[in-house]
Amino acid sequence: MSEARWIGKSVKRVEDARLLTGRGTYIDDHPPVANVCHAAIVRSPLPHAAIRGYDLSAALALEGVVGAITGADVARHTKPFSVGVTAPIHYYCAATDRVRFVGEPVAVVVAKNRYVAEDAADLVRVDYGPLPVVVDPERALDTTAPVLHEAVGSNLAGNRRLVYGEPDRAFREADVVLTERFSFPKYGSTPIETYGVIARWDPIDGVCTVWSNFMGPFIMHPLTARVLGLAENKLRFIVPTDIGGSFGIKSSIYPYIALIALAAMRLSVPVKWIEDRREHLLASSSGTDRVAYRELAARKDGTILGMRFKWLDNVGGYIRSPEPGCSFRPTGNFVGPYRFQHLEVDASVVMTNKSLTGPNRGYACGHLYFETEGMMDRLADRLGLDPAEVRRKNLVQPDQFPYRTPSGGLYDSGDYPAVLERALQLARYDELRREQAKARATGRYVGIGLALAVDPSVSNMGYVATALDPQFRAKPEYLPKSGAVDAATIKIDPLGRVIAILGTTPQGQGHQTVVSQIVADELGLAPQDVTVVDEMDTFTRVWSISSGTYSSRFGSVGTSAVALAARKLKAKLVEYGAHLMELPVASLEFRDGAVRPRSGKGPSYSIKDLAGRAHWNTESLPEGMEPALQATAVFGFTVAKAVDAQDRVNSSNTYGFIAEVMAVEVDPETAAIQILRYVTVHDAGTIINPMIAEGQIYGGALHGLGGALYEELAYDEHGQFLTGTFMDYLVPTASEAPQIDIAHIVSPSPLTPLGSKGLGESSSMTVPAVIANAVSDALAPLGIWINELPMTPSKLWTAMARACRSHAKSEGQR
Amino acid sequence: MKPPKFEYHAPTTLDEAVAALGRYGGDAKVLAGGQSLMPLLNFRLARPAALVDLNRVASLAYIREQDGQVRFGAMTRQRTIEFSPVVAQHLPLLKEATRWVGHLPIRTRGTIGGSIAHADPSAEYPAVLAALEGEVVARGAKGDRVIRAADLFQTYLTTNLAPDEILTEVRLPAMPAGVGYALEEFARRHGDFAIVGIAAMVVREGQRCTMARLATAGAGPVPVRLRAAEEILERDGLGEAAIDAAARKATELVDPDADIHASADYRRHLAGVLTKRALTRAIGVARG
Repeated sequence: MSEARWIGKSVKRVEDARLLTGRGTYIDDHPPVANVCHAAIVRSPLPHAAIRGYDLSAALALEGVVGAITGADVARHTKPFSVGVTAPIHYYCAATDRVRFVGEPVAVVVAKNRYVAEDAADLVRVDYGPLPVVVDPERALDTTAPVLHEAVGSNLAGNRRLVYGEPDRAFREADVVLTERFSFPKYGSTPIETYGVIARWDPIDGVCTVWSNFMGPFIMHPLTARVLGLAENKLRFIVPTDIGGSFGIKSSIYPYIALIALAAMRLSVPVKWIEDRREHLLASSSGTDRVAYRELAARKDGTILGMRFKWLDNVGGYIRSPEPGCSFRPTGNFVGPYRFQHLEVDASVVMTNKSLTGPNRGYACGHLYFETEGMMDRLADRLGLDPAEVRRKNLVQPDQFPYRTPSGGLYDSGDYPAVLERALQLARYDELRREQAKARATGRYVGIGLALAVDPSVSNMGYVATALDPQFRAKPEYLPKSGAVDAATIKIDPLGRVIAILGTTPQGQGHQTVVSQIVADELGLAPQDVTVVDEMDTFTRVWSISSGTYSSRFGSVGTSAVALAARKLKAKLVEYGAHLMELPVASLEFRDGAVRPRSGKGPSYSIKDLAGRAHWNTESLPEGMEPALQATAVFGFTVAKAVDAQDRVNSSNTYGFIAEVMAVEVDPETAAIQILRYVTVHDAGTIINPMIAEGQIYGGALHGLGGALYEELAYDEHGQFLTGTFMDYLVPTASEAPQIDIAHIVSPSPLTPLGSKGLGESSSMTVPAVIANAVSDALAPLGIWINELPMTPSKLWTAMARACRSHAKSEGQR
Repeated sequence: MKPPKFEYHAPTTLDEAVAALGRYGGDAKVLAGGQSLMPLLNFRLARPAALVDLNRVASLAYIREQDGQVRFGAMTRQRTIEFSPVVAQHLPLLKEATRWVGHLPIRTRGTIGGSIAHADPSAEYPAVLAALEGEVVARGAKGDRVIRAADLFQTYLTTNLAPDEILTEVRLPAMPAGVGYALEEFARRHGDFAIVGIAAMVVREGQRCTMARLATAGAGPVPVRLRAAEEILERDGLGEAAIDAAARKATELVDPDADIHASADYRRHLAGVLTKRALTRAIGVARG
């Protein structure tokens, strides 16, 4: 690479001017088709019921209605989606025989506009036969619980018991064994732009074109083609330039792509559907709610010997791919940043009458670290050690990298102790502890929490197979899966102007800016001289199964593809320059935007000069060189391998690290939590644009704060949905944001050309842990340990009042 | 989230508005700032045959002093009230309450008449109307009618305005000079409806309290005047013991419901906590 002039700079985002002045191109701004009709989706008002019939007559009679499809059409004309488990679960793009959660699509009405479509949707009559309901994952596994999928026979979609090392021995040999039950809430991301799909069916050439704000993984493209009965090269996915946020949620739009495509195909009109906010809260996607039982075995000195995880992940009415990623996405980093070698994971994926789940920023790492870091504080408490000390004692050390975890993860680089020490120093941890002691003496509830996390980026899609039994995976007909791939093309036009072309489906992360920085450094240009086109089109872009922007991919995969494409192009320029100068290639280099003799003596050829000659006079090219100046690079990680027979898998490709310290005060009267200090230190390798990185950390922290204090997709015991508006589903706003002190430690990844790792999920996975630990510490005088989120003031006050009463009682007895 | 079909009237005079409303026999809604009604329409929770939009009735936006009262045209925006010198001088409690109403864009559209007529028991303005013993004027086919705060609120989102009446004016008695006041509110986020709010006003003479007013938001189906708690202060003065006793009494006077945000017990507890906080702050502000 030429010298880094732009990488590492807070270059202003080229996207912002258009986005902030309302000139973005989102799916709803997209008028790709004339005479588009508008869909409204009829959704189940009941959590569990048999569908006995439909009456569309009133809806179809309404003026302006074009037509409608129901679950009966879905059953007749589509196949169910593949699911990630072997249980016989038939998940179609709409309910066919029964509904299994409130909000499940049962029919689609298409009309000349959305108003009429909604009027008509109101007139669709569905004859439901109500069935008993279960929403709690533990209760769902009772033999007496109503069963959602009769062919499965129970509500267990899958269970895996994964054993690494010798956990039983670790527990036998332990001085201390701790157990705890945790419960993590169901919450989503509520991106500012909801789902949107526009589908056009062309019966002449047999192509269905779908515009949507789908973000990948593009494995969903062939899955959707199969569902619709189309060859993959007859289903075209196009994603507009701008997506208004996703945070993983929009990976689960694909059933709606199938549903709206089916409507377009059956009704022979182009159909547009924009999800409204009510639909989004009701039935888009979320993380799972989980009940976890944790056990930890340790020596007296605080050394962890082993852990046991028992999980019940609630995926709702069906298991929708890529679930059960909720349990297995973090397989390689199950142990987090700690050195212990013995681990048992008993993961059950449970179906109940709730909406469906999928990737949500941090994909299950928020759950994982809430539990693990909670256990670390309980261990410190039991042994009378400082929470920082007990963590220090167990960290993977800098000389152990690359570090292979017992569950198969390959941590590429890092210096965990340095990041922890930086966080403690930035938080003035010792001083905080002194202030806490003083505050406690006056009856104030001040607490300090710590949380550490290995931040896994760029999932290796092979992890999904961890859900399957090794015996199943050993069958000859089973095809192993692995990979993490993305592509980029760079071309230089006849006047030397540079265009970079990607299909990475950015959702606001600033890919255009970042790509322009990388290309500028590689080709010796200024970022504003590089035009970046980032629009996905499965017919014209180079892509693979694992393409897309999810699991913090772009920071290492997309950027690597860009750097490699630029380097290919530079190599071609050098070869061409050598031919023109009649000098050996080895005597030349590409530096500061030109091909120059390494000696520094003699003439040089600028990009513009070379481009002009190459395009205008192909005779000037050396023999065998392809005309035109362009290069496409497809980058894939070679450390992405299929899960092995011992269930070990390197489930991500790059692994960052996060250390956080938070101080809080809990109001003894109202139970309100005030954040006094919050420090987060990250190691994500090379930081390409610090301003964008900081934005990701802010967003991640607020997202984590949402799950910890505010957000829950709540249901009553009858399966009715309680949080259908933003008055009840509370999302933290700027007013709720604490001051966030951010620092970086840089351990470049040896696996990527630029040394960068992903950072997009960041503190969303640590904040639930750090604030729960801080509140537990604050309420230690009352003996309260937080093991359930969100911590609403009402729930917290109830716990405090109960603790005060039992405290008073035990005082009285003494 | 598109509303079902409705007819739309945009009168420019109050008489036209009343006439339009009267034509629908209770099946029309009055549109003021739209901050609650529009979402209800879009969610199809309200399906009126017609809307009568007051936004073009210029005569309904004013603030004036008359007969010891400050009188607000129903369409006076909350943002106008927030910055009104008349309000700052005579109704500092209302000014303080206004800062708790939603967020800036909501206050820019939202109106005092709309907030009170909507009668959300968690809203700030109904609590202030109750605490200050204000009244509203309603105009119907038969003319004007003055309704006292105590008679206005019936239950959740329900007032005793007749279906053909429009709330035209809100009247709040000017607060005496030197009065102590405070609005304490607890919500999960800034700008949310209160889980519980307490509006307090005290008039003190030395340690004596010649008048105390306490009213709730979020602690039952209507704003609750905490008269028995007020009496403790008026009898026993403004010492710590009296404040504690009044706060305890407040918890007995409310009968809140549980919802997704808070249990009934927690709300009851907060009524006491916030009564104490509001009184303590109010007394700090009071001269006398």
